Amino acid sequence: MDLNYTSEELDFQQEIRGFFAEKLPESLSAKVKSKKRLTKADCETWHAILNDAGYLNAHWPEAFGGKSWNAIQRDIFDVEGSAFGAPRVVPFGVNMLAPVLMAFGSEQQQQHYLPRILDGTDWWCQGYSEPGSGSDLASLKMSAVREGDHYVLNGQKTWTTLGQYANWIFCLVRTAKEGKPQQGISFILVDMDTPGVEVRPIILLEGTHEVNEVWFTDVKVPVENLVGEENKGWTYAKYLLAHERSGIAGVGDALAGIEHLKHIARDQKTDGRPLAEDPLFSARLAEIEIDLSAMRTTNMRIMQAAADGAPPGPEVSMLKIKGTVLRQSINDLTRRALGPYAMPFVSEALDVGFNEEPIGPDYANPVSADYFNHRKTSIYGGSNEIQRNIISKMMMGL
Amino acid sequence: MDFNHTDERQMLADMVGRFVTDNYDIESRHHHAASDVGYSQEVWGQLAELGVIGALFDEADGGFGGTGFDIAVVFEQLGRGLVVEPFLAGLMAGTILAQDKNQQELLDALLSGQSVVALAHGEPGSRYSLSHVETSATASADGFVLNGNKAVVISGDSADHVLVSARLSGAVDDAEGLSLFIVPRDADGVHVRGYPTVDGYRAAEIALHDVHIGSDSLVGEQGNGLALLDKANAAGTLAVSAEALGAIEVAIDMTLEYLKTRKQFGVPIGKFQALQHRMADMMTEREQIRSAVINAAGHLHTDQRDWHLSCLKNLIGRSGRKIAEEAIQMHGGMAMTWEYAVGHYSKRIVMIDHLFGDEDYHLKRIMTLGSAA
Ligand SMILES: Cc1cc2nc3c(=O)[nH]c(=O)nc-3n(C[C@H](O)[C@H](O)[C@H](O)COP(=O)(O)OP(=O)(O)OC[C@H]3O[C@@H](n4cnc5c(N)ncnc54)[C@H](O)[C@@H]3O)c2cc1C
Repeated sequence: MDLNYTSEELDFQQEIRGFFAEKLPESLSAKVKSKKRLTKADCETWHAILNDAGYLNAHWPEAFGGKSWNAIQRDIFDVEGSAFGAPRVVPFGVNMLAPVLMAFGSEQQQQHYLPRILDGTDWWCQGYSEPGSGSDLASLKMSAVREGDHYVLNGQKTWTTLGQYANWIFCLVRTAKEGKPQQGISFILVDMDTPGVEVRPIILLEGTHEVNEVWFTDVKVPVENLVGEENKGWTYAKYLLAHERSGIAGVGDALAGIEHLKHIARDQKTDGRPLAEDPLFSARLAEIEIDLSAMRTTNMRIMQAAADGAPPGPEVSMLKIKGTVLRQSINDLTRRALGPYAMPFVSEALDVGFNEEPIGPDYANPVSADYFNHRKTSIYGGSNEIQRNIISKMMMGL
Repeated sequence: MDFNHTDERQMLADMVGRFVTDNYDIESRHHHAASDVGYSQEVWGQLAELGVIGALFDEADGGFGGTGFDIAVVFEQLGRGLVVEPFLAGLMAGTILAQDKNQQELLDALLSGQSVVALAHGEPGSRYSLSHVETSATASADGFVLNGNKAVVISGDSADHVLVSARLSGAVDDAEGLSLFIVPRDADGVHVRGYPTVDGYRAAEIALHDVHIGSDSLVGEQGNGLALLDKANAAGTLAVSAEALGAIEVAIDMTLEYLKTRKQFGVPIGKFQALQHRMADMMTEREQIRSAVINAAGHLHTDQRDWHLSCLKNLIGRSGRKIAEEAIQMHGGMAMTWEYAVGHYSKRIVMIDHLFGDEDYHLKRIMTLGSAA
């Protein structure tokens, strides 16, 4: 064991810092740091910058044009990026679909879709959940019926994150009704411009449009859009979920959140002294830092155990739970740090172009909305209850 | 001891409860909240006519209630409907106006629903402190001149009058030297910036620039402001805690109903023990909160008031938040939507932590006050 960075790792860290310092546009980092809403164009701009630098897919295996970054390199990139205020990469194409295509897609699919993911031609969204199938994903009903060289799709997906920006959706569909539900699922790629696809917004509890319903009425999809084999989709679906969860610890985000919270706590006063000096507040903050320090190492240990390009095992469920709960507790403590100024919320102030004076301190407006919005993290990506079921079943044999 | 309400008080609770059930579904609530003033003047008028405002005040002041239990039962029912009408502002301002017989006319207008009065006390730097007041009052030939900034004034943009705390003497945190002044909201030099709160209510930042008021604007004795504020603050703390209890009841009921009807893996999700135990804990915490409301209501006018209020408010911050978060979690994605009501209940429960001192503020106060006698 050696907790010191090697000289290569130190060089790597310098390289990454140089990249963020030079290439991350001030306009983007300012938005991220002040928690303004990012537009579609913002996400695309950052995506392109990362791609130009070869960092967008650096975690992909070298065989597919990546750099096969290991867990330490990923951690450095994540932590430095968050510290600089880099936007989060929209994960559906580059972190979720791509690994599935590399492992199970045809060569033709790989050659067609992977470059389009990288150059931003396609914005992917995730068509897993249905109104009746959330935690019990395998019970999904949306049907795909083979007719000649097409599948005809009917049904509904829901909670589709950023579906309003996407032009492609990967869907789990039912291609057989016999046997176990898991055995009749297929994984299929759908161009959202196909007639019969309709996207309807769902507004979240704090007023944002982040997720959607996607309806499918007699949507004709060419058979070559099927990934892997018919009725084998469940295997691919789980492989994708493991990749989805692998970035989920959110170490960089948590570290940046704590820095932001400390900044607020130095500014807020209680009994005439900075909140940061308040013993109760400090104790709560210290507990979060203790958990985070351990989690950063847990994250690297678990990610290091995964082979190049392969997803981590069921251990990743521990990261999902710890990572989401930890960031939720940072959101919670940040809310409390504001005192009465946690209450005002002017939604328009989250958009660029809002020029009125802030209400209260300039950091206050997004905090409570963020706290409520982040309740989603323990629900999506497989709820934390489902993660506990996985840990107790798969890791402990209970 | 007797843990039953008197018949009259039970009737009051039932009456408010019925009004809320019959007239105040979540859609009309959102509709009222989104209107210019942030509430429905019609509903406010109806509730005033039913005597719901009057129930918050003593007979001597023109009301017919005014005990801790009256306040608690009314606000618990209001919390069940997430009622946005300006009851909290009315309770606090009214509690202060009631201390000065010269203000009876305005208090009567408030009780009848004709007038909305907001208490403008908190300031940008005061957090939860009651004595931290920078706003100044200086004596003039025919009254006073006010200068300063007031923060997060509940219902401040829809009130016709604001009750302003200001300092005639002393340093910023002194307990002495505070007085209260009643100011028409449209007086020269009063600048009101209204805005919504994240849980659907309205508040305002109020700037006072050389606001000239007559000597009859002084409410209560000069320099005795803190005592009046303390009364209003206590009533407000009890009220929002009872309101949180009402919201908690609904959030738990909705979650329970959802657990019985939502099916995954071929069974209602309520069959999963992982959820059953947490539901059981939520129910237990709800009863703990109900007991704390009873304790605080019963001690609103005793010398143990502050201890019981702080116990209650700490529990609301601590267990209330837990319940609010669990209600969302156990619903899954459904609770994250604007359309489904439970998220709005959760938002209110958590935001009540930011009124009159949060969980930690009251924990510290309990540590200072020591054990109850
Ligand atoms: C903001 C947001 C974004 C999302 N984005 C996407 C997306 O882009 N694409 C997509 O496909 N999906 C997305 N989802 C959907 C998400 O994956 C589901 O919400 C999640 O799987 C839970 O399903 P559900 O909401 O139907 O809850 P349910 O499955 O109905 O669960 C309700 C509650 O029951 C619990 N529960 C269920 N089964 C068990 C059990 N066996 N044991 C113990 N407890 C159990 C759950 O943990 C939860 O607390 C998103 C969700 C949200 C909120």
